[in-house]
Amino acid sequence: MNLPQRQAVADAAPRRLSDWLLRWETILVALLVLVIVGNTAISPYFLDIYNLSDATYNFSEKAIVALGMALLIITREIDLSVAAIIAVASLATGLAAEAGAPLAVLLMTGPAVGVVCGAFNGFLVTRIGLPSIVVTIGTMSLYRGLAQVVLGDQVIKNYPKTYTAIGQDYLINWPPLPHSFVIFLVLAIVFAVVLHKTAFGRKLYAIGNNPTAAKFSGIPVERIRFMLFILTGLLAGLAATLLTARIGSTRPNIALGWELEIITMVILGGVSIAGGSGTIPGVVLAVFILGLITFGLSLVNVPGIVISVILGCLLIVSIAGPIMARRILGRR
Amino acid sequence: MIRFLKQREGALGIIIILMVAGIGVYAPAFVSPGNIIRVLNDTSILAMLALAQMMVILTRGIDLSTASTLALAGMISASLAQNYPELPVITYIGLAIATGLVLGLVNGSLISMLGIPPIVVTLGTLAVFRGMIVVYGGGNQVNASEMGDVFQSFPKMTLFGLSTIFWIMVAVALAVWLFLSMTRTGRGLYAVGGNPVAARYCGIDLSKQQFLVYTISGAISGVCGYLWVSRYGVAYSEIASGYELTVIAACVIGGVSIAGGVGSVPGTLLGALFLGVIVNALPVMQITPFWQMAISGAVILAAVVVNARAEKRGVKLILPEARRAAGAAK
Repeated sequence: MNLPQRQAVADAAPRRLSDWLLRWETILVALLVLVIVGNTAISPYFLDIYNLSDATYNFSEKAIVALGMALLIITREIDLSVAAIIAVASLATGLAAEAGAPLAVLLMTGPAVGVVCGAFNGFLVTRIGLPSIVVTIGTMSLYRGLAQVVLGDQVIKNYPKTYTAIGQDYLINWPPLPHSFVIFLVLAIVFAVVLHKTAFGRKLYAIGNNPTAAKFSGIPVERIRFMLFILTGLLAGLAATLLTARIGSTRPNIALGWELEIITMVILGGVSIAGGSGTIPGVVLAVFILGLITFGLSLVNVPGIVISVILGCLLIVSIAGPIMARRILGRR
Repeated sequence: MIRFLKQREGALGIIIILMVAGIGVYAPAFVSPGNIIRVLNDTSILAMLALAQMMVILTRGIDLSTASTLALAGMISASLAQNYPELPVITYIGLAIATGLVLGLVNGSLISMLGIPPIVVTLGTLAVFRGMIVVYGGGNQVNASEMGDVFQSFPKMTLFGLSTIFWIMVAVALAVWLFLSMTRTGRGLYAVGGNPVAARYCGIDLSKQQFLVYTISGAISGVCGYLWVSRYGVAYSEIASGYELTVIAACVIGGVSIAGGVGSVPGTLLGALFLGVIVNALPVMQITPFWQMAISGAVILAAVVVNARAEKRGVKLILPEARRAAGAAK
């Protein structure tokens, strides 16, 4: 990214109306309104509460992981192995189910595996000092590879009803809210408070803006990054638990390609890939925008791959748009 | 220093030779000339893509859209062959290269003119280019029987026992090597990646460099698109899906530093060959292909650890003379 932007305090309170209007979150809110209006116009089934509730299934699990990914990217790291962690965690849950483990153990298995995988990533990045993008490309192959080795071309699908109910039933029946969506909302609030209202959150921005200066200010940069890798692993494990319960099966290609969708959520949410800026409300808005576009377009039978073209364009245009607008308006 | 640098590519070469020898002891069929030629042919596309990726990574960038570019260029070229099967083969190849070039230009313009981070742009175009295959082809696939003989026979032609794919790879590798070592612009890529600020003071224009490397990367992916489709005899929306990460892995194993400024043509070629040998050896060793991903993951991690150790040894020096001077000073 260009330098002046990085030097500016990224999330300082806006001062002027024009600043506020050009704020990323404002643009996202406008975009979200546009998406909702557009979807309502093209399909009468969009504004149905049960349909909308079903739509949350498609993005809640990814969105949970996106929260952790946002923190990682703010501190200039990235984790491409999240989808592979989901595969391993789902596999472990499946093996536990085949061994006849009780419900509590089944629910713990995914997150526990996620923590181990995240810790391994964090160890390689922070202790051995390797670039996270390369490490997690490696562990991505490694983790998914392990899932493939164990599963081969088999599918695990004999999960107990008590477990799959968590993914398939509503937590609250009216308004109909699935477990995964509620968990996402609660986590989003926790993450927003921690990132924006605590000293720990400020430290993450400090690390992202200037890791060296942060280190000299007494912030345990590497330890915090290590913790964030574990956290992201944990969230991926949690997502695996929910996803496996929802679809009731584990295949080696489960959650394939999710890492890119999750990173798209984070970047569209206004988190700079160069680190040091971005907000949780932004990421949450991006999650809703992407989720509702996907849902709205699939309501009118647009094929999935065409939706991915539209989302790809949206990602580029949304990043390029403000840059071009600033150039044309002559602002900086 | 210079001895040490030689050792790194040398070491990778020796590891590959030992590996091939080891596999040969277990399964003699693997080291038969016929099979070695097959491995070389198989690895050529990966090697070309890795060379293109290396140039991008040298400038501290990344191109995640290579596999999608390959697939789209292959699809467009194949559908030309489907509609006009009797054209000279150069038109099919030319169309694939042109398609790749245009897609590379899109990446290059977005990155160099708007200053959007390469990972963001190519993450977007990764989805867009692949999706365009379906938008363009209506979700249909082009099968071998529909492509025509001209289109398909070219990559199967041989010269000195090796296929045209291999010789195209050799030509690309030579061109890249000459470009990187003999031209001002090529040396500039190392300068930009090694120290962008210093490079700027030397009058090297980063945005021009970026524009150039993403365009080259697109063009090479384009020609690989033709070769991939004509070799495997099918074009559809999922070909080479996820292959971009294998390409980056080949670079990393070959000693290309993701931090920019470090990487060589021989190293990258060996990195690709290393992965090629593993992929081809698994069936011979009677290991299920399910192991392939786990093994390549482990290998990538091992390679980065080794590379990181190596990079800590000294500062990055650009010119051979400076390297020699530094070597003498030690």
